[in-house]
Amino acid sequence: MSALKSLFSFHGGLKTVRHKTESNQSPIQSGVLPRRLTVPLRQHIGAVAKPLIQPGDRVLKGQMIGQADGYISAAIHAPTSGVVAAVESRHVPHPSGLPDLCVVIDSDGEERWIDREPVDYRHRHPSELRNILRNAGLVGLGGAGFPSAVKLNLSGSDDLETLILNGAECEPWITCDDRLMREQAAGIVAGLRVMAHLLKPRDVLIGIEEDKPEAIAAMTGACAGTAYEVRPVPTRYPSGSVKQLVKLLTGKETPVEGLPVDVGVQCFNVATAYAAHRAVDHGEPLISRIVTVTGQVRRPGNIEALLGTAFAELVEQCGGYRDGVERLIMGGPMMGFALHSDEVPVTKAANCILAASAAELALEQPVMPCIRCGACVEVCPADLLPQQLYWHARAREFDKAQDHHLFSCIECGCCSYVCPSHIPLVQYYRYAKNEIWAQEQEKQKAELARQRHQARLERLEREKQEREAKLRQKAPAKAALTSSPPPAETAEQGNTAVASDRDG
Amino acid sequence: MIIAVLALGLLAGASGLLLGFAAVRFKVEGDPIVEKIDALLPQTQCGQCGYAGCRPYAEAIAAGEAEINLCPPGGANGVAALADLLGRDPASLNAGHLEKPRVLAVIDEQNCIGCTLCLQACPVDAILGAAKQMHTVIARECTGCELCVAPCPVDCIHLIPVAQTINTWKWNSPAIPVEAAA
Repeated sequence: MSALKSLFSFHGGLKTVRHKTESNQSPIQSGVLPRRLTVPLRQHIGAVAKPLIQPGDRVLKGQMIGQADGYISAAIHAPTSGVVAAVESRHVPHPSGLPDLCVVIDSDGEERWIDREPVDYRHRHPSELRNILRNAGLVGLGGAGFPSAVKLNLSGSDDLETLILNGAECEPWITCDDRLMREQAAGIVAGLRVMAHLLKPRDVLIGIEEDKPEAIAAMTGACAGTAYEVRPVPTRYPSGSVKQLVKLLTGKETPVEGLPVDVGVQCFNVATAYAAHRAVDHGEPLISRIVTVTGQVRRPGNIEALLGTAFAELVEQCGGYRDGVERLIMGGPMMGFALHSDEVPVTKAANCILAASAAELALEQPVMPCIRCGACVEVCPADLLPQQLYWHARAREFDKAQDHHLFSCIECGCCSYVCPSHIPLVQYYRYAKNEIWAQEQEKQKAELARQRHQARLERLEREKQEREAKLRQKAPAKAALTSSPPPAETAEQGNTAVASDRDG
Repeated sequence: MIIAVLALGLLAGASGLLLGFAAVRFKVEGDPIVEKIDALLPQTQCGQCGYAGCRPYAEAIAAGEAEINLCPPGGANGVAALADLLGRDPASLNAGHLEKPRVLAVIDEQNCIGCTLCLQACPVDAILGAAKQMHTVIARECTGCELCVAPCPVDCIHLIPVAQTINTWKWNSPAIPVEAAA
């Protein structure tokens, strides 16, 4: 039935292994309150939040500890009450394994909240409402972590045609959105109402992959009596990617280097809508998220974890590791990245912890030369030529890679997945993108230095002229002072003044 | 015969006028190739190439007086870009002009006597201070050119390598680097 309803399709994509049932059979557990929380001040795309507390300060649950620094940034809140032990660089979940600024909180176990003020969104000015969401630290919870308040501001452009709620969750192993939709459908729809109030879209669509019948049923039930429409979409990776979901549901193609909003569509994750509901209707900032802990752990499942909880504690809560864990991955097997340690904290972007065995990783496959079979072209959902991108990235011909729209690559991993030569294609694209960004930054830095050098040269020239002008002013005065005694000297002074005049 | 001479004469006259007009109307100030070369140089103004700054070096390259492989901060990438622009063979960096990791000047403020010598040496005005006042480097503006190190009478300026952060971290190429063999 659903395949008929979904009129559109996107190019490429894959039927991947699913591995959803391991973790979606049991209800969401609430996380055990850890003794110590390490809360990174950058859990989003954009600038690091500015710390508002000092070590030794007492904080309440939900108290803002990091302020959004700039427009593209997000606030950070204390996930529980306690004492700030440190504000320092700690290891965070990032492919580099490098540390970043974190607030370390020793919990007092009392879970004392700040005063929570629910607001009635219907009686608030849109900008006021956006500020509430901004101060609640709301970011996209699908994994990218883009500050939502920015996306909820259309800044005077035309009305939004379609608001899409993304419940596709196409990546294998991950089930946090699935469980959330089953258990908190009403809350999600309440959050959706806030978003719709701000964006005033003509249609509101909820896209859910058809392999989640329980979630579809729950969401359809919660949407009864509203104009919101639940649209099952075919189970085809990466249907949950924004541009692909927009294409599936509306048939609209997002322009190259553009955003869905350019074609009148805005898209949010279901968990983001739920967080918006908690922020507006309960006055609770974003301090926890649902994390799927799955793979080689004894009791896979979903945990509502406080931000800052160490991954190791979540794994512990799920019964610990089973044998044969080869690698710990944050995110799914297609788009996630390997972690250097399990002593890193849950962030707003952490949707899944996957303890992968060698079987899941298909490790030890030797990389063979590209045979130009074109399998990667067939699966690329962004309509790119992965093979060409590969050659250019490998040869460091970054301008040519950009000519082939390298930056339209969504790094979904389909090409690497099907490559018969096991070439780590996405790695090459990430490398090329990083190099291009770095070169761009170097260029900006060089331009700044050039301007400063130019300004310095101009300043030196100006100072020289000012000095000379002063000398000229002084010279006649000196001449006047020394005019009376020997007349011969006066004539000489006058001459030098004239000479310096000529020089100037 | 006369008609042919007249026709050619007229044609030549008209073309001459057109060219003369174009030469005045579309006159290019300065040498555009110097601008292009300058845009590819890293603008550290360090003088390691033997010229007084990036622009003088760009002028020397344009005039054919200097090789393109004298700029250590530009590195191999810079040489390749210059070779590409000028249609010359990409040479490796000149010996004695080897690539170094990017550095940042840091003033040991305990020992600074406020002599302002480093202020005068800094080509990008990235040092803040005044006579008999403590000086400090504006890290964001520092190009790591090392020109402030030598003038310091108390040796309180050090060059520290720029530490990698999450913001500057890059994915490596999965390819086995060819250069590693050399």
